[in-house]
This record gives sequence, C-alpha cells and structure tokens, in this order.
Amino acid sequence: MIGITSYGAYIPRYRIKVEEIARVWGDDPEHIKKGLLIYEKSVPDLDEDTATIAVEAARSAIYRRSIDPKEIGAIYVGSESHPYAVKPTATIVAEAIRATPDLTAADFEFACKAGTAAIQTCMGEVAMGAIKYGMAIGADISQSAPGDALEYTAAAGGAAYIIGKKNLITEIEDTFSFTTDTPDFWRREGESYPMHGGRFTGEPAYFKHIISATKGIMKKVGTKPSDYDYVVFHQPNGKFPLRVAKTLGFSEEQIGLGLVVPMMGNTYSGSSLIGLAAILDQAKPGSMILMTSFGSGAGSDAFSMTVTDGIEEVRDKAPTIAELLKNPRYLDYALYAKHKGKIAV
Amino acid sequence: MRDVAIIGIGCTNFGEMWERSFRDLFFEAGLNALEDAGAKGEDVDALYVGNMSAGKFIDQEHIGALIADYAGLAGSLHVPSTRVEAACASGGLALREGVLAVASGLHDVVIAAGVEKMTDVETGVTIDALASAADREWEGFMGATFPGLYAMIARLHMHRYGTTREQLAMVAVKNHHNATMNSKAQYEREITIEDVMNSPLIADPLRVYDCSPITDGAAAVVLAPVELARKLNNTPIYVRASAQASDTITLHDRRDITTLDATVYAAQRAYKMADISPKDIDVAEVHDCFTIAEICAIEDLGFVQKGNGGPATEEGMTALDGDIPINPSGGLKACGHPVGATGIKQAVEIVQQLRGEAGGRQVSGAKIGLAHNVGGTGGTAVVHVLSVNR
Amino acid sequence: MAVPRLWRHIPTRYNLIGTECQTCGGLYFPPRTTCPTCRRDGRIIERKFKGTGEVVTYTTIYSASAAFHRQTPYVLAIVKLDEGPLLTGQIVCDPDEAKIGMKVRPVFRKLGEDGPSGIIYYGTKFAPLTEASQ
Repeated sequence: MIGITSYGAYIPRYRIKVEEIARVWGDDPEHIKKGLLIYEKSVPDLDEDTATIAVEAARSAIYRRSIDPKEIGAIYVGSESHPYAVKPTATIVAEAIRATPDLTAADFEFACKAGTAAIQTCMGEVAMGAIKYGMAIGADISQSAPGDALEYTAAAGGAAYIIGKKNLITEIEDTFSFTTDTPDFWRREGESYPMHGGRFTGEPAYFKHIISATKGIMKKVGTKPSDYDYVVFHQPNGKFPLRVAKTLGFSEEQIGLGLVVPMMGNTYSGSSLIGLAAILDQAKPGSMILMTSFGSGAGSDAFSMTVTDGIEEVRDKAPTIAELLKNPRYLDYALYAKHKGKIAV
Repeated sequence: MRDVAIIGIGCTNFGEMWERSFRDLFFEAGLNALEDAGAKGEDVDALYVGNMSAGKFIDQEHIGALIADYAGLAGSLHVPSTRVEAACASGGLALREGVLAVASGLHDVVIAAGVEKMTDVETGVTIDALASAADREWEGFMGATFPGLYAMIARLHMHRYGTTREQLAMVAVKNHHNATMNSKAQYEREITIEDVMNSPLIADPLRVYDCSPITDGAAAVVLAPVELARKLNNTPIYVRASAQASDTITLHDRRDITTLDATVYAAQRAYKMADISPKDIDVAEVHDCFTIAEICAIEDLGFVQKGNGGPATEEGMTALDGDIPINPSGGLKACGHPVGATGIKQAVEIVQQLRGEAGGRQVSGAKIGLAHNVGGTGGTAVVHVLSVNR
Repeated sequence: MAVPRLWRHIPTRYNLIGTECQTCGGLYFPPRTTCPTCRRDGRIIERKFKGTGEVVTYTTIYSASAAFHRQTPYVLAIVKLDEGPLLTGQIVCDPDEAKIGMKVRPVFRKLGEDGPSGIIYYGTKFAPLTEASQ
C-alpha cells in the first residue's frame, strides 16, 4: 500500500485582519467576514518566498519522521508563485534538505492544485518502484491585486508530504481526478496579479470540479460520505468548502477540523494540504479522510485515505498547524503592502 | 636598520570637498609636506600612498602611478610609487612601508601619504564600500554594516563592563571640542551629550553622532634617515617604533569580541621597539571610527585596564588636560575620516603636537606621541611611536 | 555579481556545512581549507552544524547598504553555535525581542538578491527558540 510517511507545514507569523484591508478599500468588514467566512490571513516576512516556505515545510516533514533525505528520490513543488519564472524551486528544496544529487525534481503549476498533482506523481513513482520516497509540496505566497476581493484571502504558507510504502501514517486507498478546460482564474506570463471570472469561479469551476472528483473517488473505492471521519476541500474562503460539503452530504463535524482558512487565509497550492495537516495533527488511527483539491483552469484531485497506527509515533515530532498559528504579529495595510512588494519603487 | 625621522608634514582641509578631485587633494597634501621639509621633487626617492577604495569611490585603480604622475614625479623623474591598502589602516600602513624603506637603506627621502575621495558616489555605495573592510562573504552578505559590527562590540562592552551610553557619547563630545581648535577639521563645533543621545539610530546602540563621517581629504609626511633629516630640517620628529599586527577579518572569530587583539599586539611590539611603556606616552591619536572604538583603543593600547575605558573617559582622563590626551585633532569622529588618509593625518597631528605647533589644542610638554590606526573591525592595526628625542 | 560566487557557497549557506580538524578537534564555520591552529598538520573534514545556538551580541541595523535598505530595521547578531563556532547572521525577530544569551534556531530565508531580475540567494538566518519550535 502507498501512503503518507510524513508531513510538515509552515505558516509565516505575520497576519493582516479583514478589518484593516476593508478600511483601506472602503468595504464593510462585517459583510466580508460573513460572506467569505474569513477573519485574517497570513503574510510572508520580507525575506520569505515560496522557496523558503517550501524548505521550512520540507524540513519539518523530514524532522517528523527522521527520514534520511538521501532516500527521497523525487521532489515536486507545486505553486503559482515560484520565485523564478524559469529555474526550479524544487532544486532549492532538494539542496536545503540535503537530498541532492541522486534524485529527480521539478516544479508544478496548476493553480491551487499543483501540490496534490505532485502527490499523485510521487504515488506513481513509488508504485513502480523507481523511488523509495517522494516529496510533494504545495506552497504559495499567494498573489492578489490591491483592492481585488481576492486580497481578503490570498495568504502565505505551505505543506510538504513524503509519499512512500513504508512507515506510513496514512494509507491512500486511491486517487481520482476530474479535469476540464475552464478558465475561471488565470495569470498571464509577466503579470504580477491574477485575474478571475468573478462569480464564474463558483458553480462551473470550484463546485463542479470538486463535486465530480469527490463523487468519482467514492465511486471508485466504494465509499459513501458517512464512511469518512474527516473531509477537506480546497479552501478559497470559508464559505465554499462548507457549501460543497453540504451539497455532497458531509456534516460540519466532518469538515470542521480541516477548515483552517478563517484564521489564515487561502494559501493557494498549500490550502487543502494545510487543511489535511490540521486533520493529521489530531486524527486517531483508523480514521478515514477524504481530500479534494481544486485548481483553477480547472481540475480537482480527490484522495481517499485511512490513518494508520504510525500516526502516534510522529504526531508530536514537529510543529502542528495550531502551533504555527500561535502568536501572530499583525501588520497594518502599509506594512502588509511592503511585505508583499505591492509598493512600486 | 637606520633611524628614521619625519621631516615634513602636509594635510588638506577635511570635509565634503565638492570642488576638489582625488588628484587635487593628494597634490595639495604632498606639496605642503615637501615645502615643510624644505625638500624638492628631485629629492624624492619613493612614494607610498595609502588608499582604501578608489576603485569603488572614484572607479579608479592604479593609484600609485596616478599620484606620481599628478605630483610631477613620474613623467621625468620616474619615482617609484606604491599604493598600500588595509581598509581604514591604509594610511598607517603606507607610513610603515615608507619607514621600512628608509630604515632599510634602500631609499633616503620618501613621501608617505594617504588620500580618499569619498563623496563622488551615493551614500549607499559608500556604506557598501566601507562594509568591504569586513568579511563580505560571512558578514556583509548577512546584512552586516560597518557601524553594525562596532555596535555589536559596543553592546557586549556595555553588557560585560557596564559601560554606559553616556560614556560613549562623551567620546564624541570631547573629540568635537578638540576639533573646534583645528582649522582642518570637518566639524569645528561643540556638541552635547544630549545631541548624541537624541541623534538618529544607525545601528543600535550607536547613533549618528557616535559615527565618524564620510570625508574627503589627504595627508602626507616626508621621511628621511636621521642624518639627512638634521641637514634638511631643524625639528625632525623621530620614528621610535613602527609596529603592525593582524587578526581574523571577521569579528565573530576573535578571541574576545570586545578586544582588538591586533591593537594589543601592535602596541606591545611598538612599546618594545621604542623601549617604553604606555605610561610614557604624552599624547595619542587613536582610531575612533566609532565612539566605542576609542574606548576599546585606550584599553587595548594599555592606557587603562580592560573595561575601564568608559569611566576613564567620563573622568576626563582622555581630555586635552587629562593624564593621556586622546585625539587632540578631533579624531576620526570630528576631524573627519577620509579612510586611506586617516593614518597619515594621525602622524601629522602627533608631529605638530611634538613640535609644539598645535595651537589651542596643544598638549603641553608633549615629548612622546602615539598614532594608532585600525583596518576593518581590527583585522589590521598599526601603531607608530613618534618622539622629539632620538 | 556573477553567479558562481553565490552558487559555490550554497551547501554552506543552506545547511551550515563547516569543517572540523581531526588533528586538534577544532570546529570551523565557515569552512576552512587549513586549520588555523595546526596549519599543515591539520586534517580537515566536512562538518555540519545543527544551527542551534545562543546570541553573544547583537544590534539593530537602521542604516543599511543599498542591498538591505528595504529591510531596515533588522536584527543582526553574533551567534555561538552549540558546537562552538561563532558566526554572524540575522535574527528574525522584533528589535525589542533580541537579548544577549537568547537561544536561537536556524531558519531558511532569502539573504538577498542581485536586483529584481538577478539571482536570489538563500541561506540561514536565526529565530528565537521557542517551546513550540523545539
């Protein structure tokens, strides 16, 4: 059986509150908070980018399981904010965890689902026996144009997963993807901020793909919503995952543990993966978890997995999501703009 | 080895010399030194010039030839000219090279000079060029600035010895006071402790008034063997010792972060060479690139016990009328710090003091003086002992 | 700056790889090709440092060179690694958090970049060691 051997996450310690962004753009913060179910979001430090976040998450995953990094045969970093347009983030991670040079590495991009696509790729290579362990990372310093609705949610963070056959903390029963060409959100080459189709990002994009992929995986493995203890969906805001859960027949108890977006925002490629990490931080052996990501453009990857006894060995070995969210430093909009490079000089 | 004397001195005004070029500055200092020595260009056997960073400050290397050329010593006389570099100790090293050349018997009349033109680039470039005196790879790339490194010395000195923020300020106040009596100084004005304490932070705990300024300037001395000196000049000042020492270029690798061992060793070697002890020094020009640097210097030169530099300053020991007057010129802090020229300017000041020509800032009865020049945070230190008597 | 200068130090800067002299046991960061104590009698091997240590002294930089100008104020410190060697690095904390004797751990950060279109260089900074991070 293939599954998750270890995981690690990283969230920068800076935050900005919805009230502060709303103050600048003249919006009603209560309306935003109620409408998006978001209260504050994480912001990178001046010297943090997707590569540094990916490295911190990767090191945490290595540390949690005391894995010899030389046994990692593949590193894939999914992001839509790679520091370089050309030049991989994955090699930076590989060098920083001392996995070089006998491995393969690449950067993935599929909007917010590049991290789960990386997990699938690692599963394939582990399954064919080409590698012992593969590392899949989803990380972003999410971009959003000043004043865009996205600015309330676009956050910074990431998570890393080590995929293998041994020392598992979850067994992955199967994965199922649903993909169409649906341009609901995009960023053109050389542009600083993404554009999106407004309400078009909802029904024909997020909901259609997540619902289809989730139904697909349950059909494939022969499960129903009530079989799962926990479910996590991509979290562009707090509202969408709750609504898609309800539509699919999942309860608020099932989705609650992994719903991390209200206090940290949408970390794009890191979003569903940080949600999964929050579940693994607490899930008991034998628990079943369903995860479905969503990437604009558009596609969803769904995974059905069961937590093993191994979880107890690693649970306290690296910082939990709850610990990473502790002691935030709040920024005003001006400092936030400086941190995000939104001030042109 | 032959005994060596300084027979002529020259120094430009120090400051932001907008209208004057690198070449202008050097020429003025060199010419004044030769005139003071009563020597002619034809007498000059060699030139040694201290310069830290003309490559960064004026985008010019090959300074030795340039200077010989514009001093009129290259085209027809073909006088050998050598640039010497050890960051802010470049001037002190040039003096030492000149002394060695004369002492060895290789040359008779030698000009040792220092020059720096620092205001032809933006301030950010200047800060970066000065930071190259530290280890670029393992200090500079980490964000270390020059004031930042000295600030870390200050923080630990305060933590370990109880040196106070006010005592640091007193160094600047004293040196500004001395500079009011030096017409060549960049800042001929008094400042108060409050001025220092209220000035903007540069690298906590160091503030603007703890730091030496960015300065243009040049200085030169003429050296000769003692016998020749007596023929040319009525009041030769004797070079009793010339000593130099090295230490790790990085501050963090030092035996002790609050001690400049290069200074300790250079001083010990100098005292031995001159057969004197620190108590015999009547006046000293020390390397006060920052206020903390003067406090460390008076400790490391042996004038006070380690850790007592702050209280000694507060008690007035280093004032013009104190036991050991330090930096009568105003020091790097108030006279100015054209990095490559500083080491030579210190020697110029000590010569003036020993000749009794220092005017209002004259240290009465000064017979033996010391010049102390540091490169970087203490990777290099040079100590010269000058004396009225042989 | 040409790329090789930054590239050649990647293992050292990312993972604090220094050297050890097997003759005298001396530990060095950054790596040295010669043991300063044993010189030619020294036998030098690679040595990775954990990166945990203690602040020996520190400053907050308010006036920086052009490359660091946008990051001021930032905390710079001399850190004594648990294994012994001292090094200079930034502490990722508020200026009033920094203390002499403060325990720190390594973090992976951008050290700088060669302008907006040039190479980005990464390496080790330090953060206060909290209970959660232990």
